[in-house]
Amino acid sequence: MTYRAPVRDMAFVLQEVAGLGSLAGKGDFAELTPDLIEAVLEEGAKLAGDVLAPLNKSGDHEGARLEADGVKTAKGFREAYARWVDGGWGSLAASPEFGGQGLPLALSTAMQEMWNAANMGFGLCPILSQGTVEALTAHGTEEQKRLYLPKLVSGEWTGTMNLTEPQAGSDLNALKAKAVPQGDGTYLITGTKIFITYGDHDMAENIVHLVLARLPDAPAGTKGISLFLVPKFLVHADGSLGARNDAKCVGLEEKLGIHGSPTCVMSYGDNGGAIGTLIGQENKGLACMFTMMNNARLLVGTQGVAVAERAYQHALAYATERKQGRSIGLTLAPGEMEPIVVHPDVRRMLFTMKSLTEASRSICYANAVAIDRAHHGATPAERAEGQARADLLTPIAKSFSTDIGCEVASIGVQIHGGMGFIEETGAAQYYRDARILPIYEGTNGIQAIDLVTRKLPLGNGAVVKGFIAEMRETAAKARGANHECLALIGAALDQGLDTLDKATDWMLARLKSATDDCLAGASPYLRLFGTVAGGHFLALGALVAAKAEGDAFLAARLATARFYAVQQLPLAEGLLAPATAGAETLYALDAEGLGA
Amino acid sequence: MKVLVPVKRVVDYNVKIRVKSDQTGVDLANVKMSMNPFDEIAIEEAVRLKEAGKATEVVAVSIGVAQSTETIRTALAMGADRGILVKSDETVEPLNVAKILKGIVEAEKPDLVILGKQAIDDDSNQTGQMLAALLGWAQGTFASKIEFDGDKILLTREIDGGLQTLKLNMPTIVTADLRLNEPRYASLPNIMKAKKKPIDEKTPADYGVDVKARLEVLKVTEPPQRQAGIKVESVEQLVSKLKEAGVIG
Repeated sequence: MTYRAPVRDMAFVLQEVAGLGSLAGKGDFAELTPDLIEAVLEEGAKLAGDVLAPLNKSGDHEGARLEADGVKTAKGFREAYARWVDGGWGSLAASPEFGGQGLPLALSTAMQEMWNAANMGFGLCPILSQGTVEALTAHGTEEQKRLYLPKLVSGEWTGTMNLTEPQAGSDLNALKAKAVPQGDGTYLITGTKIFITYGDHDMAENIVHLVLARLPDAPAGTKGISLFLVPKFLVHADGSLGARNDAKCVGLEEKLGIHGSPTCVMSYGDNGGAIGTLIGQENKGLACMFTMMNNARLLVGTQGVAVAERAYQHALAYATERKQGRSIGLTLAPGEMEPIVVHPDVRRMLFTMKSLTEASRSICYANAVAIDRAHHGATPAERAEGQARADLLTPIAKSFSTDIGCEVASIGVQIHGGMGFIEETGAAQYYRDARILPIYEGTNGIQAIDLVTRKLPLGNGAVVKGFIAEMRETAAKARGANHECLALIGAALDQGLDTLDKATDWMLARLKSATDDCLAGASPYLRLFGTVAGGHFLALGALVAAKAEGDAFLAARLATARFYAVQQLPLAEGLLAPATAGAETLYALDAEGLGA
Repeated sequence: MKVLVPVKRVVDYNVKIRVKSDQTGVDLANVKMSMNPFDEIAIEEAVRLKEAGKATEVVAVSIGVAQSTETIRTALAMGADRGILVKSDETVEPLNVAKILKGIVEAEKPDLVILGKQAIDDDSNQTGQMLAALLGWAQGTFASKIEFDGDKILLTREIDGGLQTLKLNMPTIVTADLRLNEPRYASLPNIMKAKKKPIDEKTPADYGVDVKARLEVLKVTEPPQRQAGIKVESVEQLVSKLKEAGVIG
C-alpha cells in the first residue's frame, strides 16, 4: 500500500481553514499564490509517494545499524536523501540570506507531514535539521551562521538536538555534560547524551550537533545550562571539512518503532574533548534550545497527523477490498460477500479516523500560520497576536495530534481484523511508529501542564478568551447560514464551547490558589480543548465547502465536519468532569497504597 | 538549436475516469489535471539536450483552456525557458492542434519539435505526424533514444520485433515513447524560478486557425464490466470453452 499525499486537502486547509490566505500574495510572501502552493505540494507529493514511501516498510524491517565506522541507515535511505537534497526541499522555509526560499513555515509544515507520512523513520532527519536551522538563525553568531547555515539549509549537512542524559530527561536540572573554555573561543565538551535522533548516519557528509552542557562555574539547575554547536567534522574558516571531532555514536537503541531512524547514544570527549562553540549567551542555553523545541513540538504534532493519514489510507484501501458479510437486508448468491466498508461499525471507524486526522491537521497548520504571522505579520499588533496564538496552540497541536496519531493508527489495526496484528499487512508499523509521538519533544503530560499553567494565564486569560470568541463567531456563522447541515455543526460547536468556557474559567480561577487541582485536570482539559478546536476548524472548512455543489472533495469536507459534530464534539462534555475533578481523588492512595 | 515542446493538460493518470451520464464525454468537473505523461518525457529530453549543451532554448507550448498555464509552469519548473499558451475553450482536435503548431513553428523557427507520441486522454497519436506532413519535415515517431550525428539525428524507435534506427535530417519532428527517459521531479528552487519565466498568450486566430470540430462524437461509454472467470479442469475443457466463446475456430 503506497501513500498519496492528500494535496487538495492540504492546500484547502492551509488557505481556507488555517488562514495562510491572509498572508499570501503580499509583504514577505508576495510571490506566494495559490498555484504556487499547489505546485510545491504536487511536486513534493511525487517524491514522498514514489521515493520515500516505498522505503517505509523495508526501513522498518532492516533498521539502522552501528558499524565500526559509524551508523549505516537502511538500504535506499542514502539515495532517497540525496534526491530530497537535490529537490532543494530543506530550503523551503529558511531565510533567502542563507540559500532558503523564504516560504511560510505553514507550507513547510505540510511538506513535513508528507515526508513523515511517507516514511517517519526518514522524515525525522529533516525535522531535526529544520530545528537546527531555526535555532542557529535566531541565536547563532555571524560566523556560525556563515559556516553552517547554507549547508544545513541545502540539506548537505544535517542537525541534531542533544538534551537528554540518562539522569536528565524531562527535568534538565540534573544535566551533567561539561564545557570547558579553551581561551581561543572554543570549548571542550565532555559527557554522554542519549536518545539522539540521527546522531550519526551515512546520508550527509557532516552533522551539526546542538548540545546542552554546563560551564565550570555555572550556577546549579537550568539557569546554568549553555548551548554549544559541536560538528561531527570540524569546519575550517573557508568552510572546508577538517578533523573528525571527538563526538561519536557509541550505541543504538532497540525501539518499539521508527526503526529506520537511528536513535543514538552519543559520547562527547572520549578522547580528550569534543570541540564546540557557544550559541547565544553563557547559561542561557535552555532559552535558545526552546526556540528549536517550540517549532519541533509543532512538527511532532504534524508527525501525529502524518501517521494518522497514512494509517487511514491503508485502512480505507483494505476496507474497500476485503470482503466479509453483506449489508443488512441484502440477498446475495451463496458464497458472495461485500467489502467490509458497507458495515456501520467499519464506517464509524473510518469516519473517526478521517475526521480526527483532518481536525488535527487543521490545528497544526493553524499553529504554523500563527508562527508565520508572528514573524511576517504586517503590523506589530498582528505579529504579537500571531505569537500569542502560536503559544496557545503549540501544546494542543503537539499533544492532541500525537494522541490522535496513536488512536487512529490503532483503529487502523482494528479495521484490518486479525490481519492488522500481522506485521506483513503494514498496519501494525504505523501503530508502533506512532507510539513515540506522545513521549518525545516534551511528553503530552508536560504539554498539558504548559497549556494550563503557562498558556492560559497569557494576557491574564485574554489570549485563550480571544480564541474562544473567534470560535464562537464560527459557530454563529454556521448557525446563521440557513443550511441544515451547517446549523447542526454550529449548534454542536456552541455546545462544545460552553463546556470549554466552563473548564477554562474553572482553571483560571484556581491556577494560583489550587495549582495541584489544575495539574490533575490538565490532560483531560487539553483533550477537551483540542476536541473543540478541531470542531471549530472543521466547521470553518464546512462553511467554505457548503458554498460549492457537485464537488466530491468539498462534499466530503461537509460530511466529515458533520460526523465530527455528531460523534466527536459531544465527547468534550464528558471531559469536563475529569478536567475539573481536582487532585484529591488522585492522592487517595499513597505510593504504597497504589500497590495494594 | 532551439527545441519546441508541445504539452497537453489532461486528466491525471491516477484519476479513475468517469463518463458523463449523457454519454457525451468524460466528466472533467473538479478532476485533477496534470501534464500528459508522454509530454513530460518530451520536456525531459529537451531539457537534457539543453543541459548537454546541444540545445540553446526550450520553449513549451500548450493549447487549451486558461488553466493550461499550470501545465506550462510544470514544464518551466522542469527546465524549459519560456512558454506559449494558445488559449481555446473549445476542444481542439489533432489536425487543428497541428495547424496551430505549424504557425508557432513558422514564428519561432525551432530546429527540433519533440512531442509526446500521444495524449492519454483521447489516445489519438496523430498530432506529431500531421505536423510533420504540414511542415514537410522529417519525422521520427515513438522514439526510445535520440542521438546526434553531425547535423543529423540518429533516432531509435520501438517497432514490432525490435528496434529500428533512423537517420533524420533537421529540422525534425520527434515523438517520444515511454522508454526515452525517466522525467525528473522539479526541484523547489526551479518551481520558484518557473514563476518568473515568461508565458506568451495567443489565440488560434493569431495563427489563422479555426478550431471548429470536424469530428462528431456519437457517444462515450464505460468499458464493459469484467465478468468473473471460471477454473477449467483440463486443456480440452479450456479449448472447448474458448470455442464456445467464439475466440478460436
